[in-house]
Amino acid sequence: MKNETNSKVKKFVKKLFKRKIVIFAAFLVVFFVITAIFAPLLTPYDPYKGDFRAVLAKPGRAHWLGTDETGRDVLTRIFYGARTSLMIGVVSVMISACIGVLLGLISAYYGGIINLVISRFVDVMMSLPSLMIALALGMVIGRGTFSLMVILGISTIPTYTRMMAGQVLSIKNRDYVIAEKVMGATNGRILLKHILPNCFSPILVLLTSNIGMTILAESSLSFLGMGITPPTASWGAMVSQGSAKLLINPVYGIAPGICVCLLVYGFNVLGDGLRDVLDPRLRGSL
Amino acid sequence: MDHYYEVSDLRVTFAGDSGRSVAVEDVSFYVEPGEVVCFVGESGSGKSVTQLAALQLLPVPPASIESGKVLLSGENLMQYKAQSATMRAIRGGEIGMIFQEPMTSLNPTKQIGLQITESAMLHLKLGRREAEEKAVDLLRQVGIPDPESRLRDYPHQFSGGMRQRIMIAIAMASDPKIIVADEPTTALDVTTQAQILELLTDLAKKNNIALILITHNLGIVARYAERIYVMYAGNVVESGGSMDIFARPHHPYTRGLIKAVPRLDLGEHRLIPIDGLPPSPGVRQPGCQFANRCPYAVDACRSKPSLDLIEGIHYCACHRKGEDFDLLESKDTEESHKTTEGLGEVLLSVKDLKVTYPIRKGLLNRKVGDLTILDGISFHIRRGETLGLVGESGCGKTTAARGILKLIEGTTGEVWLNGKEILSVPEKEFRPTRKNIQMIFQDPFSSLDPRVNVEDLVGEPLIIHHLVSGKEEYHQRVDELLRLVGLDPSLKDRVAHEFSGGQRQRVGIARALAADPDVIICDEPISALDVSIQAQIINLLEDLQEKMHLTYLFIAHDLAVVKHISHRVAVMYLGNIVEISDSEELYAHARHPYTKALLNAIPIPDPRVELEREHEMLRGEVPSVLMRPKGCCFAERCPFASEQCRQQKPVLQFDEKGHGTACWQIRQECGK
Amino acid sequence: MGRYMFKRIGQAVVVLLLVSIFAYLLTYMIPGDPVYAMLGGDITQEQYDIAYEAMHLDQPIVLRYFHWLMNFVTGNWGDSYRYSQPVAALLGARLPVTMYLGIWSIIISTIIGIILGVLCGTHRGKLLDSILITCANFGAVMPAFWLAVLGMYIFALKLGILPTHGFVLPTENLAESVRTTVLPLIALSVGSIGGTTRQMRSGMLDVIRQDYIRTARSKGLTERAVTWKHAFRNAVLPVVTLTGMSFRNIVAGAISIEQIFAIGGMGSLMINSILSKDVAVVQACIMLTAIVVTISNLVVDIAYGVIDPRIRVE
Repeated sequence: MKNETNSKVKKFVKKLFKRKIVIFAAFLVVFFVITAIFAPLLTPYDPYKGDFRAVLAKPGRAHWLGTDETGRDVLTRIFYGARTSLMIGVVSVMISACIGVLLGLISAYYGGIINLVISRFVDVMMSLPSLMIALALGMVIGRGTFSLMVILGISTIPTYTRMMAGQVLSIKNRDYVIAEKVMGATNGRILLKHILPNCFSPILVLLTSNIGMTILAESSLSFLGMGITPPTASWGAMVSQGSAKLLINPVYGIAPGICVCLLVYGFNVLGDGLRDVLDPRLRGSL
Repeated sequence: MDHYYEVSDLRVTFAGDSGRSVAVEDVSFYVEPGEVVCFVGESGSGKSVTQLAALQLLPVPPASIESGKVLLSGENLMQYKAQSATMRAIRGGEIGMIFQEPMTSLNPTKQIGLQITESAMLHLKLGRREAEEKAVDLLRQVGIPDPESRLRDYPHQFSGGMRQRIMIAIAMASDPKIIVADEPTTALDVTTQAQILELLTDLAKKNNIALILITHNLGIVARYAERIYVMYAGNVVESGGSMDIFARPHHPYTRGLIKAVPRLDLGEHRLIPIDGLPPSPGVRQPGCQFANRCPYAVDACRSKPSLDLIEGIHYCACHRKGEDFDLLESKDTEESHKTTEGLGEVLLSVKDLKVTYPIRKGLLNRKVGDLTILDGISFHIRRGETLGLVGESGCGKTTAARGILKLIEGTTGEVWLNGKEILSVPEKEFRPTRKNIQMIFQDPFSSLDPRVNVEDLVGEPLIIHHLVSGKEEYHQRVDELLRLVGLDPSLKDRVAHEFSGGQRQRVGIARALAADPDVIICDEPISALDVSIQAQIINLLEDLQEKMHLTYLFIAHDLAVVKHISHRVAVMYLGNIVEISDSEELYAHARHPYTKALLNAIPIPDPRVELEREHEMLRGEVPSVLMRPKGCCFAERCPFASEQCRQQKPVLQFDEKGHGTACWQIRQECGK
Repeated sequence: MGRYMFKRIGQAVVVLLLVSIFAYLLTYMIPGDPVYAMLGGDITQEQYDIAYEAMHLDQPIVLRYFHWLMNFVTGNWGDSYRYSQPVAALLGARLPVTMYLGIWSIIISTIIGIILGVLCGTHRGKLLDSILITCANFGAVMPAFWLAVLGMYIFALKLGILPTHGFVLPTENLAESVRTTVLPLIALSVGSIGGTTRQMRSGMLDVIRQDYIRTARSKGLTERAVTWKHAFRNAVLPVVTLTGMSFRNIVAGAISIEQIFAIGGMGSLMINSILSKDVAVVQACIMLTAIVVTISNLVVDIAYGVIDPRIRVE
């Protein structure tokens, strides 16, 4: 039995990494996760204390990517920025997935007035860009790492609710759920033992690519000054500050943006790869 | 000898996860103008792939044509590339195609007129005006009323049968010499199927078109084919004239197939299924592909048999001789067990069961009326009996099953189970009683939770109804149930998609049996399975009934199957039971015009019998429930309908033998 | 169709009303006094009292909302304390700028995305497909603000061929307008080009597998005819949805781009108002965005009906 599970995992991994681009994507994600975890070991510099003798230094031997306006090492800040991005990405996705999945499950299975209320809520959220919702919520909740997680979490709830509702609606009328009713199973048993596990694949796929999209949103908010509070390192904020110093040290403003691209790309392609393996019906976008 | 269209030694492979698999292995065939040739075989036998490959219509990759010649009037088409002008001129120009699914084979965003004229303009170089005239003419020929105005309509505005007629018009638009029809009626109702095939063969004869008909239905083969190619696992195993093959089948597979199909015209008989599983694509064994299922396999079968001449044009690929089989076979004919003796008390009784859906409209979703799906049906089943419920799509047979099981809202009437009325019992109270009435589903792929292993699938009712008192007993019971349905208990850790369709259906049956129910409702339990597997499941259900004294409500669209398995049969049409009687009586003395038409439309897998039958067609198609006639539900299509039929709804009228008919005309006859 | 549209419009009105509740409550959800939220902290007691009166703060909240809604519908959107101007006038000057950039971006990205997507779909598995889809995937994840910074660095600061900031409407000076729009448009469009390409490609791959494409091929049509006459129309349907959705992102995308290139549009107005907590302006921005999105959704529904006859008849 254990061997069988092992071979299933092996088969899954083999299928997932059949396309080279997915290996590349996984490599990108793992690379940034490692830099985030081992940031203090990878660099001799302090991410918060600047060296006043080397303000806005050009890339060189001491500072590979140069320094910022307070003399902090850009590369070091990028390592720590990965920490911020990943942490916020993962936590806020967890928040929105938990709430969104629950809302979708309830609204589609029970229908009626509950469904009506939840659908309208989703419609309202969908009629505004999520960045705008996040900004408006930012005015209300305030700034800071935790607030940011909550804000980003709330603003992406509708995607999960929509997806879940669609999934449940299609599974609800499948023969195997009707078979459960014929057997005499209770609603709770059907929901938890049969419907939820069968929604697992699409949830996982959405989760993966949403981590990427949330990281993107975080960088936008930080770029606009509504995200991470200084002095915490954030790629978005670095691009914002660096954009004013492009003529002195262009790497400062441009390098963090490349990191955003690579990390988000990694999560997105990984999500696509997962979808191809887990949910072949939806295949085709890569 | 030169044939008009000839394919020789065609070999097609597909690239898969585990290397290349052979789909078609050295297949040869020929067709002459004006001939009707049938390719018969089960899913995965390569019958469609052969035709698509010959026209270079297969996607390359993953498919690849390894070798073979395709000769049209002596010219080898394989020398041309798939996209070359010559090949395109032949594909669609000389050889037209008709596909299985009329619902998806027409472009939903293009007017049907354009889809027909396209071909005529391309191949016959007609101008738009002329092409449109031709399209109108074709539509008229295929029986679309008012063709001028319908030219601008879209596919979704037509019914399935009409769409298949349009497909025929498209295939005919370029005046082809050959039409390849790939299971053209599999998705259609029996009465529509008869219309379409009759139309197709008529048109082919009239225009001297060669018709290549691909089908799994032996009845269709027997009724229409002049020559037959029997395919199994990518090989032609037997070929020859239709009469010859049905009268003296040679290959064990052909013999098995003919014996495995229930026949309307035979009395009680037991089916002889082909053992084992159909070949899975990509898995090939050395030698004869059928050897592992063949009851007569000998050592020689480990080498591949060649297609040898038997006599005339009859060829067969088998190492053994037909006479040997005749000797062996005479032993294993079995007696049927179907007796009406020993039937117990009335177990399930349904009175005036109605199912209606509310029609809602407007902004506030106000209810403005009811849509009647089931229009009040009544019947009863005794313990140990099988009642067959038969009818075409939309007749409400599945709705009836779900209504009895209290699965849909809007069900009214009475359902008595074991002497208790259950329809009025609230769900919570009823739940423990559910174990007494179970169901077997049509689709063995969607009715089993894909994430649960077989042990838990089968064992779930045991847990829900607390029927076992511990792990030990649970395992034991599940093993017992699996053995009962002919599955190896050592496979119980696997999930459903690791099994074949027939095995999955066995799992479904084991699950239905788990709670030891009184009544099992079988909703089209075999229609999703291959012919050779259908017989296995029918026999299993019969054996279980005998062994465990089960009671079945058996729902199906195939009257031959229903008649075979049931003690009594109820024929449904548009939400009503129009006739109900003993199954033999029903076949011998059908009274209702619809039952008669249904019997007539079902082809019998024996060309000698088919020659003598009259092919009288029922006109029209099953109307939508939205347009339910006021009087008799069948009045619109009935050739005998009178004013009374159109105005007043007839009720079932029983004679002394318990043969009930709902028809005004019959009643008048009885009155005389 | 008519009844269906009627129902859709009804739904849209409900959604807009709900958005207006959210926008209105923003004033009260922000920590601090609602009067300060509307007028900023820098006011006298007398001004405070007048405002208190004007906002009907002595009345129950439902009535207050009703007052506000009536004012909003009649075009009285309040005053911005930061700009000391009526919000309506402020937005009237800035909305056209944002819409001008946004609509051009949608046109460009839809056309380019569809072309690239069809190319990918017809060259499935070939080198061109791999290159294009990798580019599209990267394009879809590039932060617009970063693209803007990068573009500014290369074309404005290093090469000096385009201006670093500013915006001129084409009605004023066409040449200058084009020069000032190039960089913002690129930054705004790359992401949606990527998204549209992906969608169009997967639509093509999906449609190519359908039975009716096999029917079309069996007629002996050329691949080109199969692609354009049969596959395209069906494959483009999901792109229509996506294009409708991108209206949602006009304002969102504009926020950072207008900030970077110092363009006086609704996006920069919105972010500045949020940073300085100028609530009246934020409320109006939210409402306007919701209205634009809702209208574009209705337009998409109509477009769907034009392309897909199955919906038209209903």
